[in-house]
Amino acid sequence: MKLIGKGILKGLFVTLNHFFMTYIDDIKTRLQRVPRKDVTKIRSSAEATGLFTIQYPEIQIAPSEEYRMIPFLVYELTETNERKYRCTACGICSKVCPTQCIWITRKRDEVTGKPVPQSEEFYIDIDKCMNCGSCAEFCPFDAIKMDHDFEISTYERGETRIYSKEKLGKPLDYYAKIRPVNFKLEEDERKLKAGVN
Amino acid sequence: MTDQISIPSEYTAVFDEFKEKIQLETRVNFFGIVVSADDLFKVLQFVRNQMQYDFLSSITTVDDFPEDKIEIIYHVYKSIGGPEIEIKVFTLREEPHVPSCVQLYPGAEFQEREIFDLYGVTFDNHPDLRRILMWEGFEGHPLRKDWKEPQFEEMVKPFKSRWPEGKGVLTESVNPYNDNVQYPEQFDPRGFEPETDLAIYNELQKVTSDKPNSINTDQLIVNFGPQHPSTHGVFRMVAALDGETIVDLKPVMGYLHRNHEKIGERNTYLQIMPYTDRLDYLSSMNNNFGYAITVERMMGIQPAIRAEYIRIMMAEFTRISSHIWSIGFLLNDLGAYFTPALYTMEERELILDIFEAVSGSRMMGNYFRFGGVVRDVNEIILKKAHDLVYNRIARKTDELDRYLTDNEIVRSRCEGIGVLTSDQAIAYSVTGPLLRSSGVPYDIRRADPYGIYDQLDFDVCTRQHGDVYDRYLIRLDEIRQSLRILKQVLKQIPDGPVMNGKVQYNTKVPAGEMYGRVEGPRGELGFYVVSDGKPNPKRYHVRAPSFINLTSLAAMCKGSKIADAVTILGSVDIVLGEVDR
Repeated sequence: MKLIGKGILKGLFVTLNHFFMTYIDDIKTRLQRVPRKDVTKIRSSAEATGLFTIQYPEIQIAPSEEYRMIPFLVYELTETNERKYRCTACGICSKVCPTQCIWITRKRDEVTGKPVPQSEEFYIDIDKCMNCGSCAEFCPFDAIKMDHDFEISTYERGETRIYSKEKLGKPLDYYAKIRPVNFKLEEDERKLKAGVN
Repeated sequence: MTDQISIPSEYTAVFDEFKEKIQLETRVNFFGIVVSADDLFKVLQFVRNQMQYDFLSSITTVDDFPEDKIEIIYHVYKSIGGPEIEIKVFTLREEPHVPSCVQLYPGAEFQEREIFDLYGVTFDNHPDLRRILMWEGFEGHPLRKDWKEPQFEEMVKPFKSRWPEGKGVLTESVNPYNDNVQYPEQFDPRGFEPETDLAIYNELQKVTSDKPNSINTDQLIVNFGPQHPSTHGVFRMVAALDGETIVDLKPVMGYLHRNHEKIGERNTYLQIMPYTDRLDYLSSMNNNFGYAITVERMMGIQPAIRAEYIRIMMAEFTRISSHIWSIGFLLNDLGAYFTPALYTMEERELILDIFEAVSGSRMMGNYFRFGGVVRDVNEIILKKAHDLVYNRIARKTDELDRYLTDNEIVRSRCEGIGVLTSDQAIAYSVTGPLLRSSGVPYDIRRADPYGIYDQLDFDVCTRQHGDVYDRYLIRLDEIRQSLRILKQVLKQIPDGPVMNGKVQYNTKVPAGEMYGRVEGPRGELGFYVVSDGKPNPKRYHVRAPSFINLTSLAAMCKGSKIADAVTILGSVDIVLGEVDR
């Protein structure tokens, strides 16, 4: 003979457990999880209990280093405060792009008319971009990288969503900040190459 | 000469029976036998009844434009495992037609409709030959090589206008009607009445209930969806009801169709990889896996050893997250609004954290490459995976068991509902948990091992009743088996590179064909790729498990109440990204 309703009660006990866990978690948060930044760390660890949600945008989960969102062009500042882009307009990123959302115009020498390894214009239609990261993966000059900034919504659509070279450019420091491990690896490789030569 | 020296052993019986009527495929790197359209039905009948090749995995088509022919390709397997039989039929591009095999393999119904829709091939004696993915007023057959989309730019990517003289253009400005639709001449969308909708209603009105009617009930037709939360997306069921009982049901799909296969044929081999993520977006890693092994087999390369382990790790994590989510959503469909679904989400979140750390994206991984994976998995991620596998997910599975398995409401709503017998399941080409819950131990990880699954220790779970409750239980079983696999993978994972050589963006694939399949969380995910040696595939076909599993939906729903149709659909666990492609 089986008691009818026993299964439901057993299930409800699980719900009750979850219910109380959120409060225990809450008390802990108030008392122990100061500074509150830690909440995200605890929430993404395998031991997380209680409430799984966080209060966005007050608290934000930092994306992991490999997180990718919309490419940007890396530049270094010269002494005269001009942007020196790493991009050589080789066109590999626009060839591998699955959605073909990258347009590049190669710069030509004003006197001779021969192409020089710099881009004149660089466009990315970020509405078409699917954040696959292929451009950054196959760029031989580490010139195009994937960003971490995902808050890119705007009030209008159309032409403003085609980012120009100006808007795509971000300094090298920024890259070093969002991807420290990758940056260090690349710099080490660069130094090694320079040393060999 | 050619047909004497090397007839593969599985074809000898067919050759003994039909002799001169069939030929072996002669092209290099192409397989199977070629039969004429007249003999096709007889050959399939022989293969099915005499040789016990009872499982039709996929029907697909290749357009040989500019040659005047269309190939139709059948991949048939035994449901007890073993090699495939591949049968090809050639037909002319003008008014192509072949006999339908729905009588032999009911699972062919939707696939033949898809070919009719996208290639314009007529299947004689098909019970219900209508468009399935495109809309009713659509002109032309989009997968034909000479069909061009409205914003057509070039046959293949990369487009020449992007480099070295590229100027950013808004896509909307190059479309002829400023949106993405191409109408036939003298067509007014405002006065359009879809004929096939009327056809569905007429067809359903013919069906009458055969149950003895003590109470006087009306027969009526109910449209369920496309906008309905329990259809898991934009999916529509047109049901003929007798009172509350379903007499017949027709699924209508294609609302999310984007012609994935045409996009694939425009792309280079590598560019397809991120698009496969978007098929079944709950198991992107597994989609990558299927596509990667198919192209790797064509190229004749082996992935690096460490990459093999990482791949299996990702595939099994995907399976867990997908199953755990489908259990949660099934409960949603039963009316337990969102509490179980959100409990199951917790573990899924943690798994997605791992995916984000390794691939850079939580859902759209784009993580696999031909010959390995994009980047290595570091110690921190392995530690977290270890914690999840040994502690958290195992605990969660037990908790779900406690929470739901004995629940009287769950049991009374699920037991004996939507029953699919094992014979029916095989006939309808149903795969995955659905097939195994009907008592057929068919799992591609065992039946046709890929990767290093043959070195790993796990069981193929089966359940015997084939109802909704068993489908729920089998998903719990499979999570436990996945954990077993993951434990072995985490223990054995060797050091080393994750890529053989450097990743090339211009993949060279020799001419040939390949049908590769993996066991996805929803069933057999197959990729059929034909290469002609160019940078883009000549044909790229996806055998989507949820799409073909839906063929059995009407059979499962007949005789049950309309409220149970929601539960049955939930237990099939469709993902519309994959159904509509």
